[in-house]
Amino acid sequence: MATTTKEFTIADASKRSAEIESEAPGETMAINIGPSHPTTHGVLRLMMELDGDVIKKCEPVLGYLHRGDEKIAENMTYNQFVPYTDRLDYLAPLANNVAYAMAVEKLAHLEVPERCESIRVLCCELARASSHLLGIGVYGMDAGAWTVFMYTFTEREKLYTLFEELTGARFTTSYTRIGGVARDIPEGWLGRVLEFCNGVLPVLDQVDKLLTRNRIFMDRTQGVGTISKEDAIAYGITGPNLRACGVDLDLRKDKPYLGYEKYDFEVPVGTTGDCYDRYLMRAEEVRQSVSIIRQVIDKFPEGPYYAEEAKKIFAPPKAKILSSMEELIQNFMIVTEGPQIPPGEVYFEAENPKGALGFFIVSKGGGVPYRLKIRGPSFCNLSILDKLIPGHYLTDITVILGSLDFVMGECDR
Amino acid sequence: MAESDFALLKERFEYLTERESADHCAVNCPAEKLVELCTALRDEFDYDMLVDVTAVDWDAQSPRFTGIYHFLSTSKHEYLRVAADCPDDINPTLPSLCELFAAANWHERETYDLMGIRYEGHPNLRRILMWDEYPYHPLRKDFPLAGIETPLPAADVAEQTGATVIAAPMMGGPFVSSGDGPMSQTEPRARDESWTEKKEKPTN
Repeated sequence: MATTTKEFTIADASKRSAEIESEAPGETMAINIGPSHPTTHGVLRLMMELDGDVIKKCEPVLGYLHRGDEKIAENMTYNQFVPYTDRLDYLAPLANNVAYAMAVEKLAHLEVPERCESIRVLCCELARASSHLLGIGVYGMDAGAWTVFMYTFTEREKLYTLFEELTGARFTTSYTRIGGVARDIPEGWLGRVLEFCNGVLPVLDQVDKLLTRNRIFMDRTQGVGTISKEDAIAYGITGPNLRACGVDLDLRKDKPYLGYEKYDFEVPVGTTGDCYDRYLMRAEEVRQSVSIIRQVIDKFPEGPYYAEEAKKIFAPPKAKILSSMEELIQNFMIVTEGPQIPPGEVYFEAENPKGALGFFIVSKGGGVPYRLKIRGPSFCNLSILDKLIPGHYLTDITVILGSLDFVMGECDR
Repeated sequence: MAESDFALLKERFEYLTERESADHCAVNCPAEKLVELCTALRDEFDYDMLVDVTAVDWDAQSPRFTGIYHFLSTSKHEYLRVAADCPDDINPTLPSLCELFAAANWHERETYDLMGIRYEGHPNLRRILMWDEYPYHPLRKDFPLAGIETPLPAADVAEQTGATVIAAPMMGGPFVSSGDGPMSQTEPRARDESWTEKKEKPTN
């Protein structure tokens, strides 16, 4: 039998489209993204209702990475919990370590020496640079620009070599102790940090050339995922995501800790609060971090790297333990019973790369916290999703999620 | 700074009492006045950001549960802690702040999930970190660290395999000294001894 082909004319097509348009609207499709999907950067799951390509409803589902960190914290000594803080925002473990140690020290009314503060500032800023470099890289990738990732990831790799030298681990650093840091900086390390600083700025310029005026990138990000100032504050959004909306709030400037008031740096603030602004924030923050790092290294103080007078909190270095009776006993007491923290309640937030990481600690005295609550910035930043996403196209999801730069490790805890 | 803040608040709200705090200003507020206080905090005292909501379980004490709220003023850059005791120890409830602060939505869901406090007036009070059918509130002090055996969230898998969610193996878990008493009696021990050298691993 011979096959016949019906030729379609423009008139047929327009007739068909008229038919479709008259079909009853409201037929929606349910779609799931995640929990395992490259876009969700972890295990976030979005349950969405689509009308054509437009998202009508979005419901985030969390908890796939819930480990019960807060319960675990109540059952171990303060120092034993440090490794768990690595796994909160696992892209900036050093910054988490510092924030946690500072919260406990605030409860104990313990001041750490200047050198320790300087080391910690370096840790925080290097962690910020590492987190943002990855954030920008994968954000570019989400928007279809693969090359950026190659540049930024190479720089991040150099940072991880520095972290390894400092802490002994690339990823799970566990570097701070209550009252100080685990060990002093290695010889020549500051020089290598400076080398990194010199190397990262040209790369940032490269990224700038690749993305900032890139027509495709701009079209995909400008005017997409816009968060208003009021919404950002109401939803408790913090960090670069908040500043992109035009709210000038940086805890390093406004609630200075670790002596941040001594350093001269700018806080970038956005205007529109869309995905493009959030990218600009991160790129500029890395530059500012580099400037802070240089200022720290410029006047790096001498002296002890831990609070020497805190004999019931900081276990002395190994060399002292092996040669002196008093230090041996001190070490034994701290290892077995934990650092002795007075009773009280404290809440401390630090400006981490992802936003304000907060610890609320209730102590009844002794070496174990009675209650420890972690305020994960990613948790709060994601809470706006069900309001932010509806009205956008499905393809915008990758860009919006990439621009929020969240980590499920601290969201689910 | 903190004292003057409290004086200002106390002048306006007589029922507030000062709460001990190792850092910024902290107040105790009766649960039924919470919404009134927080409305004023947001509109008149510039505490426009609700940064954290949580709760503390005081175990054998009464009131057993205390809801804790942390506010940040984005203009004054000051923190404020508000604590409200739950009137009922068995079915703890607190008024929801969702109407005032959008941020409260997820925080209250989390506190309900882990601590079991019901927030009255919350539009969508469901579990957020644990799965919907989970029967316990794990952050309560009477919940063991190892967990309790519960049915699998996926009913079809459970039916085919007979698997359940079992208590975690605690052998080698955190070793902590209780701290009070002579050294001979406070040797560090694993906190949770549901599975040690002396006790068989729980089977299911």
